[in-house]
Amino acid sequence: MQVDSATQASNGAVPEVAPGEPIIHVRDLVVGFGERTILKGLSLDVMRGEILGFVGASGGGKSVLTRTILGLVPKRAGTVAVFGQDLDGLTFEGRRALEQRWGVLFQQGALFSSLSVRQNIQFPMREYLDLSQGLMDELTIAKLEMVGLTADAAEKAPSELSGGMIKRAALARALALDPEILFLDEPTSGLDPIGAGEFDELIATLQQTLGLTVFMVTHDLDSLHTVCDRIAALADGKVVAVGPIDTMLASKHPWVSAYFHGKRARAAGFGSEGAR
Amino acid sequence: MGAAEAPLLATARNGRELVFVGNGRWVAGQGRALEGSVDAALAEVASGASETARIDLSGVRSLDTLGAVVLDRLLQALDKANIRFQIVGLERRFRPLLDDIIKGSHAHPPRRRRVNPILGGIQLIGKTMASTAEDGLALLSFIGAVVAALLRVLVRPLSFRFTSMIYHLERTGLRAVPIVALITFLIGCIIAQQGIFHFRKFGATTYVVDMVGILTLRELGVLIVSIMVAGRSGSAFTAELGSMRMREEVDALRVMGFDPNEVLVLPRLIALIIAVPLLTFIGNMCALFGGGLVVWLYGGISPEIFITRLQEAIALNTFEVGMIKAPFMAAIIGLIACMEGMRVGGSAESLGAHTTASVVKAIFLVIVVDGLFAMFFAAIDM
Ligand SMILES: Nc1ncnc2c1ncn2[C@@H]1O[C@H](COP(=O)(O)OP(=O)(O)OP(=O)(O)O)[C@@H](O)[C@H]1O
Ligand SMILES: [Mg+2]
Repeated sequence: MQVDSATQASNGAVPEVAPGEPIIHVRDLVVGFGERTILKGLSLDVMRGEILGFVGASGGGKSVLTRTILGLVPKRAGTVAVFGQDLDGLTFEGRRALEQRWGVLFQQGALFSSLSVRQNIQFPMREYLDLSQGLMDELTIAKLEMVGLTADAAEKAPSELSGGMIKRAALARALALDPEILFLDEPTSGLDPIGAGEFDELIATLQQTLGLTVFMVTHDLDSLHTVCDRIAALADGKVVAVGPIDTMLASKHPWVSAYFHGKRARAAGFGSEGAR
Repeated sequence: MGAAEAPLLATARNGRELVFVGNGRWVAGQGRALEGSVDAALAEVASGASETARIDLSGVRSLDTLGAVVLDRLLQALDKANIRFQIVGLERRFRPLLDDIIKGSHAHPPRRRRVNPILGGIQLIGKTMASTAEDGLALLSFIGAVVAALLRVLVRPLSFRFTSMIYHLERTGLRAVPIVALITFLIGCIIAQQGIFHFRKFGATTYVVDMVGILTLRELGVLIVSIMVAGRSGSAFTAELGSMRMREEVDALRVMGFDPNEVLVLPRLIALIIAVPLLTFIGNMCALFGGGLVVWLYGGISPEIFITRLQEAIALNTFEVGMIKAPFMAAIIGLIACMEGMRVGGSAESLGAHTTASVVKAIFLVIVVDGLFAMFFAAIDM
């Protein structure tokens, strides 16, 4: 794994993370809504430069964890540190500097409905980068093509896009600032298998070139198989298994074992290696 | 560190060979500087007289999409000028990204259409007129659809969403009582105060009672209530239906075999038609009460005299004129609000625009219709 020690820290306020240190560091996280506790003392580390696949039952709290790391959902207990910085202790400027360094793809896309796709992608660029309009337009097309859209999607409104196109456009927006961490909430759901495959390739390319760290919530067994360096499994509000695919296949936890040894997992080529 | 001072892209000429030396971090944060250096290099390329080029990128420590796009600008310019080039020293890990960018067509972003401002203005006028006409037609067809739904419900009364209607009745009627009562009370007070202040000069203070009675019962009560309801419930209806449309909930209803007009519009409309007359009655009473209070405290006319005078000044038909208008106003507000809600498109902005339009059109039409009623009642001597 290559590590670029001087990645684009455009703001000196945020210290660098030494290679091999966790870039996202979650400890004993408790999150709940009303009476219900969703995450019950969850701990997880994401290392710099890795692609971490995050799996768990539907409604298990994967999106909630992502949103908590991003600071969108209040937590009841525990700590979340990103780039070695406790998110609770950040000043407004510190937080702003940090937000430039991550990109987020929400489960529903969350494109700004009153802006065109081009404006959506240029929105963060305008705010954080000093670029000429011409270069910004070029860059927008480049990003769109990277995610598998064509240039004529640029002037469309989000309501005119198909479900898969929304995913791609939202990914292009998440990549607008060439972030260091990418949060993806089910990026390949709604894509056709070929598109999903291209998506996996794109993520791998970005990881190689930019040293991107990816936190990816996914149910796509092929993605887990081909691009994820490590996988973390969520069950009962905790991470019950974490490690490369072999660790998952060997796990004795009933949910994890059902997940990776089910019919669909076998169809995707899991378990056939006889990892047990 | 010497490399930090080295320019991002230095250009040199070595006989018939151009030599570019890249250095530092080719990332988005350096956007302007990078673009500047590359454009300077492009000028060098354009100045001609070179056959080959060597691009030494061993000093480039990081490269992101923006860096690759800018680099590709240089490569394309070289291609165009028929200069053979080779890239040396680029770290292997940057290669896939650069290849992706080179394959793409970013260098030709589609031209955005520019509109002549004068033509644009004329176009805008035309579009506005067309859309006004369209609005009228849309309202008519919407009324048709709602009436059709109403007829269906009349044939099968059991299919009427009674629970939903009661729910909306509570929201638009019961919950509006405090604010309607307060506002009409204040309006009654103000009219009485103004009346006394000016009528006193002519020694005609007792006529204030006539004025308060006729004005509030015939006109102001129903107008104030309608305007309140348009702002309070009309906007809520539009926003509710609009966001349901945005999230395809209305389409979901339709494919399940429900008529959205029957399920969503009728209960709201009927709730409003029941609520507005009731609110108007409450408003009328509160305005009279406010007027009576001020007339007593400020004008020195005792409540007994106020009531006797009121009985002489107004007949039942004064009261009726106001009340008859109420359901019509309710229908206008409800129809406009629901129609605008059903016309919301896919964006948040469109939701805002239609909510505004709903309130503005409803208030406008309420006042216009009030004027028509005034002429009508004058004609039949009421
Ligand atoms: N804002 C909220 N208020 C109340 N409960 C919530 C809220 N957000 C999420 N939940 C609950 O938290 C639980 C976890 O939700 P979450 O969206 O994280 O699921 P998930 O693991 O992402 O599932 P999926 O794979 O279906 O996306 C669910 O039971 C959900 O009902
Ligand atoms: Mg989710």
